[in-house]
Amino acid sequence: MNSLIWIPLLPLIGTLVPLFSARYSRTACAFLTAGLPALALFLILSKAPEIFDGQAFHAAIPWIPSMGLELAFRLDGLVLLFALLILGIGLLVILYARYYLSDQDSIGKFYSYLIFFMFAMLGVVMSDNLIQIWVFWELTSISSFLLISFWGHKSDARKGARMALAVTGAGGLALLAGLLILGQVVGSYSLQDVLDSGDLVRASASYPVIVVLVLLGAFTKSAQFPFHFWLPNAMAAPTPVSAYLHSATMVKAGIFLMARFYPTLAGTELWFLIVSMTGLATFLLGGYLALFQHDLKGLLANSTISHLGLITLLLGMGTDLALVAAIFHIINHATFKASLFMAAGIIDHESGSRDMRQLNGLWKYMPYTATLAMVASSAMAGVPLLNGFLSKEMFFTETLHQGSLGSLSWMVPVMATLGGVLSVAYSTRFIHDVFFNGEPINLPKTPHEPPRYMRVPVEILVFLCLVVGMFPGFVVGDLLYAASGAALNDFVPYYSLAVWHGLNFPLLMSFIALIGGLFLYYNRQHLFKFQAQFPASDPKLVFEGIVQQISRRAEQFMAIVDNASLQRYIYFVLSLTIVMSAIPLLDLNTTAGRRPEIPVDALSITAAVLLTISGLATVLWHRKRMVALITLSVVGLVVTLAFAKFSAPDLALTQLSVEVVTIILLMLALFFLPQKTPKESSPRRIVRDLGIAAMLGGIVGTISYALMTRPLDTISDFFLANSKTGGGGTNVVNVILVDFRGFDTLGEITVLGIAALGIYKLIARMKLFMPSSDLNGRPWSTDSHPILLAVISQSLLPLALLVSAYIFLRGHNLPGGGFIAGLITSVAIIQQYVAHGVDWMKSRMKLDYQVMIGSGITISALTGVGSWFFDRPFLTSWFDYFYLPAIGKFELASAMIFDLGVYLTVIGATMLILANLGKLTTSERPVLEEHD
Amino acid sequence: MEGLYAFCVGILTACGIFLTMRGRSFSVVVGLTLLSYAVNLFLFASGRLKLDAAAVLGQSENYSDPLPQALVLTAIVIGFAMTAFAVILAMRARADLGNDHVDGRLPSSIETRKSGKQGGQR
Repeated sequence: MNSLIWIPLLPLIGTLVPLFSARYSRTACAFLTAGLPALALFLILSKAPEIFDGQAFHAAIPWIPSMGLELAFRLDGLVLLFALLILGIGLLVILYARYYLSDQDSIGKFYSYLIFFMFAMLGVVMSDNLIQIWVFWELTSISSFLLISFWGHKSDARKGARMALAVTGAGGLALLAGLLILGQVVGSYSLQDVLDSGDLVRASASYPVIVVLVLLGAFTKSAQFPFHFWLPNAMAAPTPVSAYLHSATMVKAGIFLMARFYPTLAGTELWFLIVSMTGLATFLLGGYLALFQHDLKGLLANSTISHLGLITLLLGMGTDLALVAAIFHIINHATFKASLFMAAGIIDHESGSRDMRQLNGLWKYMPYTATLAMVASSAMAGVPLLNGFLSKEMFFTETLHQGSLGSLSWMVPVMATLGGVLSVAYSTRFIHDVFFNGEPINLPKTPHEPPRYMRVPVEILVFLCLVVGMFPGFVVGDLLYAASGAALNDFVPYYSLAVWHGLNFPLLMSFIALIGGLFLYYNRQHLFKFQAQFPASDPKLVFEGIVQQISRRAEQFMAIVDNASLQRYIYFVLSLTIVMSAIPLLDLNTTAGRRPEIPVDALSITAAVLLTISGLATVLWHRKRMVALITLSVVGLVVTLAFAKFSAPDLALTQLSVEVVTIILLMLALFFLPQKTPKESSPRRIVRDLGIAAMLGGIVGTISYALMTRPLDTISDFFLANSKTGGGGTNVVNVILVDFRGFDTLGEITVLGIAALGIYKLIARMKLFMPSSDLNGRPWSTDSHPILLAVISQSLLPLALLVSAYIFLRGHNLPGGGFIAGLITSVAIIQQYVAHGVDWMKSRMKLDYQVMIGSGITISALTGVGSWFFDRPFLTSWFDYFYLPAIGKFELASAMIFDLGVYLTVIGATMLILANLGKLTTSERPVLEEHD
Repeated sequence: MEGLYAFCVGILTACGIFLTMRGRSFSVVVGLTLLSYAVNLFLFASGRLKLDAAAVLGQSENYSDPLPQALVLTAIVIGFAMTAFAVILAMRARADLGNDHVDGRLPSSIETRKSGKQGGQR
């Protein structure tokens, strides 16, 4: 496999390492965890020289090529830059977190989430496919959620995590829509194809939609105004997470996206206007808000928002050099901001507070950390000889060269300088308030220097700030050039990375920013007073309010739709059925088809009238339940006659025997249920239901008529032609059941068995009120088993069994078969129960119906398995003809054994239901064993 | 004849649907039974109506369609199992809940529950 795939794969495997190594010491866990990401970093670095030469690597594993789905990774300059940030800072954070987390925190879980994030983030930057980018994009949102809520016992952490997930997740959905449209326009989801078709995309009609959707995704992720509010609330996360995700990497994913799609999407007025104005607003707003934070991390979070705005502004300026400046600032911001967060974490860890009103004069207690933090802070402010100065100079230069606002373009450099002033002011506050400005006030702990190795990551990052600031070309020149080339997908314009460009306008702007910032900080009390006049508004409360509003609305809606009434649900389902089934009927021009109809005869009319009357009578008298049952049985008998008339003798036989069993069942049930239905439907409800019923009846009748009067194109000719030759039987219906569609039948009898067992289980332990009299107070007859009935039914039993055997045996060639024979046998046995009672039957009938169901299904299944022994597919039937003296020629078929299984299952299921229901009326109630 | 048959299917459907929408479990079971008659007749008729044409080889010139018949035959048996399950469920519900309403509680108690729901949670 291409070694490229291993770069994201190693951290994925590494996700498991901390879970297993957490049982060892914390140091061991940290080292083991760092192993696989370090290997991935090594792999990346080994490719760096070729990438600096302008090469790009691609690797793809196809999945569904026809839909453009593949697992594809790429490694070019821009990817290299981000991958170095992700893996490099990630390794430093692993070391830092080893000292930051307390003994109560589960370090294995923390590392696991962290490495999972690393994997997701590497996936975002390395993906070479649009859909794949999005999948990893959402994974970063999810891992960010897990990390912010790591201290789940804190309400702040839970709320902050939820807010971050809601905002970035919603943006992710917009991004998905945007990427899908983009892929449709380009005709490919491959990133390289998309990058090469910038002109096509910009000319297409969907371009504005794509830009807005993709930018929504980018802005939410990178905390751009007006979605910036989630980032300060995400500061409830442990500080290593803030340093890693919420300053150096994840919040840069939106920036990455804009840089990545720069060749495709940028270059139009729309892009420049949206991106630059959003960036500018975020830049100023973040800087302003940062100044007023008392929380150390809050200050840093708002300053991160501001710097992300700065980078966005650069990406929206439309000059190629601005893109270079943006990429340069990505590197610089990641280094100084991550080190500042780590320093803030150290201060919090060693002094117990993050409030700048308490933290004062820490210089005396932790001079070493203070020096590091002051250098990083100066880089943030843009002090010369530090990396922040260089990119800020480039930024100022570009603001002077852009012209996106026409004659108002002069405003941009002014605003940029103002942003610079704010940046200097809050950086000064960070330095002065924390390390000087008197003595600490009421700190929970006496501050002191942190453990030696907790400082190492900060030292490395601050060292980078210094060397990049002093020797930029030597340290990051190649990387910046390669990244810019990849982002532009074109040649990189000339730029100079020198520290000193001579006395020019940008230097003046820097100077103004520096002086102005110090002045602003010196006069901060006036500004604080001014700010205090505004009513305090907490974005967290606003957000929570909106969330609660939405869930209240949802609850109100659910109260209407889902009121836990089955009657209401069926009303909805049926109404929907009317709409869905009526719409296609509207397109049908004529109801009647071309097929000639059978002439009507008097007998049929009589039967139809009987059916209509008894059907309506069932409805009319449905509250007198016994009467309804009698009329219902009349309907069933007419249906039986209909089957017999229209050439379906098998159906007629089945319907007749099922009818008997059903009515007996319902009568038994009626014994335990109320004899009458109370009148409770309102007239309105009845009219409504009648309307629905009539509509549906009309629709079904129409469909039926339209169907019957149209010519039939059926597959049954095959069955008719092969029934005798292939299945060995002349009753095609039965051959279909046991042979052609035998597998279906096996399924059906299994369902039948399961239903019966379910009923058996429902009956067991049922506590029922047993009435001792009927509705009118008349006691039940004491002569429950009349002698006449007993004698007749007993003498009928052998006859009935003989009939069922006959029906069973002839089933293959004449109407009959296992289903019908089973039902006839059941009726015969039930008749004995009715005539003699359960107690009498118990001593004579030693059949276990559950075993019967089981053996029936087993026999049928084994018949199917049997064909395997003859190298035939499951359920292939076999038949042959034999000759016996005195009987003559007869046929044996494996299908008959299958039918025997059907026969047994039907008896077992029917009897299990009815006999157990009948037993409820006696002392012989079935009881389940206690173990379930 | 086809028109008459379709009319009967429609009537049975309408009767079945109306009873299915009633509130008491026994009416619903009766309604389901009527509905399953209608469905079986409907499915059967999809093979078109034919007189004196049973699908038994050698018995007639022109056979009716055996496939819908085979389907309906199993549907009748499964329909019985379903009816049985529904009715036993109804009995069990009555035994455990103390009433035979399909919602598991009498309509009057639905009203009180609804008004109580506005303020609190479910």
